[in-house]
Amino acid sequence: MQTVLSIAIDALAYGMVLFVISIGLSVTMGLMRVVNLAHGAFAMIGGYIASYAARDLGLAYGFAVLLAIFGTIIIAVPIERLLYRRIYGAPELTQVLMTIGITFCIIGIANYVFGPTLKTVPLPGELQGSVDLGFRAIATHRIFAILCGLVVAAGLWYAIEKTAFGVKLRASVDNAAMAAALGVRTEIVYAVSFAVAVGLAAFGGVVGAELLPVEPYYALRYMVTFLVVVSVGGAGSIPGALVACLLLGAIDTTGRYLMPEFGEFFFYLAVIAIICVFPRGLAGRAKG
Amino acid sequence: MTMTTTNDLIATAPVRRRFGGGDLAGLAVILLVAVIGYFLFPNNLALLTRIIAAALLVLSLDLVTGYCGVATLGHAALFGAGAYAAGIASAHYGINDPLAMLAFGIVAGAVAGLVCGVVILRAHGLPQLVLSIALIHLFHEFANKASSWTGGSDGLSGIAPTALLGLYEFDLWGRTAYVFGVVLLAIVFVVLRLIVRSPFGMLCRGIKEDPIRIRSMGASPKMALTKMYVISGAVAGVGGALNAISTQVVGLDSLSFTMSAESLVMLVLGGTGSLFGALTGTVVFMFFEDVVSAANPFHWLTMVGALLIAVVLFAPKGIYGTAAAFFARRKEAQ
Repeated sequence: MQTVLSIAIDALAYGMVLFVISIGLSVTMGLMRVVNLAHGAFAMIGGYIASYAARDLGLAYGFAVLLAIFGTIIIAVPIERLLYRRIYGAPELTQVLMTIGITFCIIGIANYVFGPTLKTVPLPGELQGSVDLGFRAIATHRIFAILCGLVVAAGLWYAIEKTAFGVKLRASVDNAAMAAALGVRTEIVYAVSFAVAVGLAAFGGVVGAELLPVEPYYALRYMVTFLVVVSVGGAGSIPGALVACLLLGAIDTTGRYLMPEFGEFFFYLAVIAIICVFPRGLAGRAKG
Repeated sequence: MTMTTTNDLIATAPVRRRFGGGDLAGLAVILLVAVIGYFLFPNNLALLTRIIAAALLVLSLDLVTGYCGVATLGHAALFGAGAYAAGIASAHYGINDPLAMLAFGIVAGAVAGLVCGVVILRAHGLPQLVLSIALIHLFHEFANKASSWTGGSDGLSGIAPTALLGLYEFDLWGRTAYVFGVVLLAIVFVVLRLIVRSPFGMLCRGIKEDPIRIRSMGASPKMALTKMYVISGAVAGVGGALNAISTQVVGLDSLSFTMSAESLVMLVLGGTGSLFGALTGTVVFMFFEDVVSAANPFHWLTMVGALLIAVVLFAPKGIYGTAAAFFARRKEAQ
């Protein structure tokens, strides 16, 4: 029973971190139809900035998180202007090559600037230790990660379903040309969504630094995981991504707990099985 | 901006000749470069043999990516399957004849190609890409865990090929291995040249352009692509077996994501959709890598990334494709 509970908590926390990082990828992929392999690299940049701010500059955790989000957005926006802009609507192979090139560059630079060692983001006192639920103690950080995921999911749902910007965003996802003809400034929608996506990636990178340690090969190591979430959940679907994250988090964590030797093996096997059964994703819709 | 390929150039050339002067010239160029390489780098034949093995992998990738339009980041699975099959045949079963090891490599590569093809071709777009990445990780994990067979992360050693045809020993300088590799490459090149120009090759190109139309014409795109995947696997298996025979060790890196990504980089650098493009890209990339990565492997990664971005932005047809288009334009102008 204890094992089941700890697996469930860890799986939930891991799934939520995955969700925070990959939801931005899912939305931009649904919106701009860009296969962005560099998304994990932005999460990594966020982790590095937070680690530098909190550990080397001694700033408060909350401030480090904000710095990471805005720092990553400032780094990412010129990249979007200069490079991504040119591959919108290009064939997949082009997009894969361009974004994997960006990933390689970021890995090389991160390694040059920060060195090949693992970087930690020191947690503030309030998030260390554990919370006693009466029958079981749970690490506070796990609860924090789960809460962050829920807040992000709720916030995004509200922004997309209830605000004027969300209406424009959904219109652009469904039919960019028609939305533009009706007066939606699609390039602004694109730029804002990209910035939000990158900011969320950075946020997830910082919050999840305990579960997905920050190091130069972060971007490559978890690239598959983030892409898997999007393709399993279906690009552009928030509920799909949430379900996919919880499912994959559960498979991965259970595998690690029960069969540490073969954990990865079963994770990839499950991924292949899921995609073979649902080639368009769990909540996927036909390409418009 | 689109990633155009050199298919259009070839498609306009007359296809009636099954094996024309252009192919003979191409074969002559390959052999000439091989001879020049032999005399320029007599002390570094191991590198040249490695380049040939990589060239076979890139040719094999070109078959599915360049000719069929399947974007895959897991092609090293086929190469690694060939390498491990040849290595295991020698290290565990005592089958040390290089040609028999090669046969094992080809069969294993073809089987891996069939498996990967059946799985990868189930989806399109992003899920397809994710499937290919998941497959290469799956193969990698499997080889890592089955360490009693594959040696795990230590690599598979104990491969001892006997003399080729009973006459030519694999010497310390790698001369036999190099000549063996050049002969294999030449044979594979000729065979592939025939395949991509056959009606079957044309069908694959048609599928790349418009699968729905091909289906309405009565052909099955999936069957054709699966077949191409098996052929591609056999070619990659040749490369893997050559690698196992020449280096006498098989490491997990032959089944790695990095290797898959690098082979795609080589292909795109040279130009997709043309066998010469694949060869050009491999040679340029491997020489470049040999020079730069000796200095600093991490700068190497940054440079590969920058190179990739530059190719996508400025030469989407790759080195060979750009050069071929340039000469075609000049010919037209005259």
